[in-house]
Parts: sequence; structure tokens; C-alpha cells
Amino acid sequence: MKLVTEFRNSDMAKGLTAQIKNRSKRNARLMEFCGGHTVAIFRYGIRQFLPDTINMLSGPGCPICVTANADIDKAIALAQIPQIIITTFGDMMRVPGSYSTLQEAKANGSDVRIVYSTMDALKIAEDNPRKHVVFLGIGFETTAPTIAASILQAEENKLKNYHVLSLHKVCPPVIRALLNSGEVNLNGLICPGHVSAITGSHVWEFIARDYGIPCVISGFEPLDILQSIAMLVAQIEKGEAGVEIAYKRGVRSEGNLYALKLMEQVFEPSAAEWRGMGRIAGSGLKIGNNYSQFDAESMFKIKIKPPLEPKGCLCGDILRGVKTPADCKLFRTVCSPQSPVGPCMVSAEGTCSAYYQYGDK
Amino acid sequence: MGDKILMAHGSGGKLTHELIENNFLKLFHNSVLTKLDDSAVFDLCGKLAFTTDSYVVSPLFFPGGDAGKLAVCGTVNDLSMCGANPLYLSLAFIIEEGFAKVDLEKIVDSIHLAAMEANVEIVTGDTKVVNRGCADGLFINTSGIGLIPEGIDISGSNAKPGDKVIVSGTIGDHGIAVLSKREGLIFSTRLESDCAPLNGLASEMLKASRNVHCMRDPTRGGLATTLNELAQQSSVTICIEEDKIPVREEVFGACEMLGLEPWYIANEGKLIAIIPAEYASEILKAMRNHKYGKNAAIIGEVQAGYPGRVVMKTVLGTTRIMDMLVGDPLPRIC
Repeated sequence: MKLVTEFRNSDMAKGLTAQIKNRSKRNARLMEFCGGHTVAIFRYGIRQFLPDTINMLSGPGCPICVTANADIDKAIALAQIPQIIITTFGDMMRVPGSYSTLQEAKANGSDVRIVYSTMDALKIAEDNPRKHVVFLGIGFETTAPTIAASILQAEENKLKNYHVLSLHKVCPPVIRALLNSGEVNLNGLICPGHVSAITGSHVWEFIARDYGIPCVISGFEPLDILQSIAMLVAQIEKGEAGVEIAYKRGVRSEGNLYALKLMEQVFEPSAAEWRGMGRIAGSGLKIGNNYSQFDAESMFKIKIKPPLEPKGCLCGDILRGVKTPADCKLFRTVCSPQSPVGPCMVSAEGTCSAYYQYGDK
Repeated sequence: MGDKILMAHGSGGKLTHELIENNFLKLFHNSVLTKLDDSAVFDLCGKLAFTTDSYVVSPLFFPGGDAGKLAVCGTVNDLSMCGANPLYLSLAFIIEEGFAKVDLEKIVDSIHLAAMEANVEIVTGDTKVVNRGCADGLFINTSGIGLIPEGIDISGSNAKPGDKVIVSGTIGDHGIAVLSKREGLIFSTRLESDCAPLNGLASEMLKASRNVHCMRDPTRGGLATTLNELAQQSSVTICIEEDKIPVREEVFGACEMLGLEPWYIANEGKLIAIIPAEYASEILKAMRNHKYGKNAAIIGEVQAGYPGRVVMKTVLGTTRIMDMLVGDPLPRIC
């Protein structure tokens, strides 16, 4: 695991910290878009290294957290159809929808199974030819290609009982919406590492060009993040704004062309509903017409009651970076990982969960 | 003779007797059990420890052990963690109709071997068979009784500021070994479960010094959860250093891949001890001389601070909270 431990070296972390402290003169508000970065920042106590000039904000880059209640309600409604087996990544089980959770649906007799990859879901479809297997497709550009691949595989295997509820989202439009809202006054953005491994770095160029905000694509180890902050500080102090890659071992500027081709083949852009940010044009991926037999939404009539938002929950504001968990009256009082009110407390990558588990700093 | 367990094997009739004669009594041969009375009858004098646990592990067979070995070690370890010398165990099976007899035999064999190693006797038992679909193969329950020698006072509420925290070896081996064989998540590893009876190790520690404040085996929920329990029970802060925690390379790698942290992964042959600083090196030495304590290490200390909190000094030198495990450890989504 040399590749991992080398990126957790304490002497090098101290060196990067000194570099950040020496260079950082102006006050700067930096956002880490990705929930994976939020967790790493808290897990390694990275905020403790930073000078007072730097203020870190957590962004909306947690796929579970941004999934709208109505979409979770749809998944639960599907689970209640007797001939359906729901397959999902584990995090989704405990996420509260408007009225219930998948975990509760399972306890009430729905067949809901946790899988670790879409290929496991395909196997379940093969093994249960009399049932319909629906995979809950939640995730960003990182996850979407593997789900596209599963649909192509199902087509090749002539598997007619495999379907996907596509709730996928793509990241650049939401960042644009966030910046257009004028709510968060950012001086730098830590761009997602694994999303960029698929999309390439060029998709972030509009941020530097149109909004004058420096961008650095970061990996997920503590040294990656410290280096990215150092690179952002360097750009800020020089008054420059460009897109740089600190995560060169994972990201190429053109991205993963094969994965992009798979996505393009199976999905088409659509509007999508984001928790806290509403409907954003072009920010979703729906299953294209050629593959509609694999689209759970077009195959099954899903009826849901009007969605409800939990009273007092600030997940939406927290996802936009305008509030922190400390501002939420429910945090640590009513809302905890044991009994989460909002999704940011459930997901392993949620901001509230990171604050709760690792402490406020 | 069929090769499957039938409902009649649990009916109390002829097949039940055959099963008991052929599969259990042959191996678990001791004067208390072979009387076959309704209760095990024996003399005991002194301070007793008494515990029970049910074993529903899936899969039943995993690298380094099986449900049977686990059922003995788990109960033996619970007794040992109170400073007791485990003596007698009960053994109850709930078997799903259609369960392969050969698998039952394998499990009974390993119960026998584990009980021999731990030097405990199985003195009473029970077998039930339930309809297919009403259990997942085989469930085992064991209860155990042990005697606590005089002068030993071990409890989760005894930790005091200044005490040292010792872990007996590498953490997370059991959980990752089982996970590696679980349906839908098969990955190749040479890693084996650490499942082992810890009464020998515990007794060597107590021989070195009776001044052990707390002992607990970090099973489900892992090291982090057990440390939180101890911090809460004793109303102290426990401060752990990340780079002192022994973790095997394979466990570290699997955790990285799955997005888990090793201190939330289950162990079945490890213990945590909290010991006054002045006795720590003596006890650590005794542990390292025992086959189940070779990699024992001091990983932190008890402080006054915030009652009930576990704090970790990270590899980078920063600090953060080390919370209890919530729910099941699940792999990350992206």
C-alpha cells in the first residue's frame, strides 16, 4: 500500500502546511465540491493545519445527499411492487424519503438487496428470471459509466428483467448554478478527483474563465488535498485563475474516453432535481430511447405521494455551502447517524456525518 | 442414512438420539455430559462469571475458522475478559431443515478442537430443527461459566487517567476474512480470521500482574466501538495514536478498497487491555511471549478530558474524534 501511505506522510504534510501559511496573505473561501474530499479533510484533521486566512466550505458533491426526496420515494414505491427486486449500493438503505426508507420497506417485506457492483445486480437478474431486478442508479460521472456498461451487458445477454432507475447527475451544471446563485462567494474550488478521472479537466474551465475562480483537481489522500490548497493559494495570491491538476496519477485532461463513450451511448442529458438547489437543466442523465426497456421509469408505473421535506433540516443549505451543520438546530440533538433526519447525516460522504463523526475541526 | 438434516432430527425421537450419539457424544466426552440428565450438575466454589452469545455468521465457513470455532472462542473470550477461567460451556444448535450433515460434522469437529484448546468442557446442549427457510443454515448458541480468581477486579468502568491502552495484535483480520467470502463481494486474499480462545493469553497477562483495569475483546464494531464503550463506562477520554495501531497490510488494502476504516472491523481473537502505566511494560512483555499476543502494542492512553470521548491522533499529527460504528460497515458508493 505504498501508494497510499506515501500520501499520508506527516513531514511532507508539515512542509506543505508551511508553504500554505507563508504564501496565504488574502482571506480566501475555498470549497471542496466532493463529499469524498470533505471526509478526508475531517478524517485527517486538515482544517487544523490551515491558517486563519483560509476558510473551507463543503460543497454538494455527495450523490446520495443531493438526491431529491421525490426520487427516494420513487425507489421505495418500486420496492413495494411485489415482482420487483431492488438492488442498491448500501448507503441508500437508510436514507429517509418523505415517508419511509428502503430499510423500512425491506422490513415490511420488500425484496431489497445490497450489491457492491452493477454486475452483481445483473447476476441477480439472471438468477431470478421470473422477477424484475431494478438497480438504483445513483451517482455522478464516476458511477454512470459502470451502470451504462451493465445495461449494455444486459442487452448482450438478452436479459429482459434488468432495469435501472436512473437518478444520475453530472457535476458541471450544478457548480454553474451554485455560482450563478451568488450565495457563495468563492475564491477557489477543489474539483472532484474521481469525477474528473472520467470527464477530464476541461469541463471545469468555464469556472476559471467565466467566474475568475481558480480550480485545482485533487486526489483523496491528505497530501493531495494539502497540495491542492497550496496550488489554489498560489493562484489566488498571483491573481490568476486556471484549472490545474494536482491528481495527475488519476486524471488526464481529456478524461476517460472509453467511459465517456459508454455514457453517451446509453444516457442522454436531462433536467434533474437536486436537494437544496431545485431543478437544474442538463444536470441529469436519463436512459436513452434505444434502451428504454432497461429504464425502470418507463417500464413501471410509479405512483408517489407529494414529497415532504423534514421540518428544520438544513441539508439543502448545507449542500449549497451557505450553512454548516453547526448552524442546524437538529444536528446532534435530533439528528444523528443512528437516527438521521436528512441524507447528509446518512451518507458516508455527507457533510453532517463527517462533522458528527470526526468533530467540528 | 441420508446426508441432510431432517425435521425429525430435532423431534426428540430416534433420529435426535442418533444425532446426539453419533455426532456429539463421541467428541464431547466428559463425565457431566455423558450422564445425559436434564441439567448439567457440577460443583463450583468462588466468584463466577456467566455469559451467553448466539452465532449467526454468514458464511458458516471462512478462512481461518467456522461458526463452530467462533461459538467456542466467542464465549470463552467473554469469560476471559472478566478475568475468569472458563470451565463449562453449553451448546445449542438451531438447524435449518436440509442442512448438509457433513457441514454439521465439520462444525462439531471444530467446536471439539476449540474446546480442547481452550480447556473447557461442553456439559449440556440442545438441538432444534426448523423448517426450510426459517433459519439461515445453522445458528449456534453457547453459554459459559468461569471462575474468577481472588484479587482480580476487571471491569469496563475501571479505566483511570494515566492508564495505558494495549491491543493484543493486528486488528480487522476476522471481519475482512469473512467479508472476502461473502456473497457479492468475493475478493482474493490470503488473510485468515484471527478467531482464537484468549483465556491462555489473559491468564499469562494476569500472571505478570493482577493490576489490569479493563479487558475487552473488540468483536463487532471493532476497536473504535469497544474503546468508546470503555471511555463511556469509565467516564474518561481515551487518546489513541493512529500509527501505533497494528494493522496487516492486507486488511489495510481491503479497507482502502472498500472505503472502510480498520478500527471498525470485527476481531475474534484480539483483546484490548487498559492497564496502569507502571505495569504496562511487564504485561506487554508477557503478551508478546504468548502466541496470540506477538504483535501486542501500546496504542494510547487514558486521559481525564471529556468523559466518554475517544480521540485519535492521526498519522499527520492532527487530532479527530474516533466515534462508534453506526449501522453495518458498508462500502462506499463512488
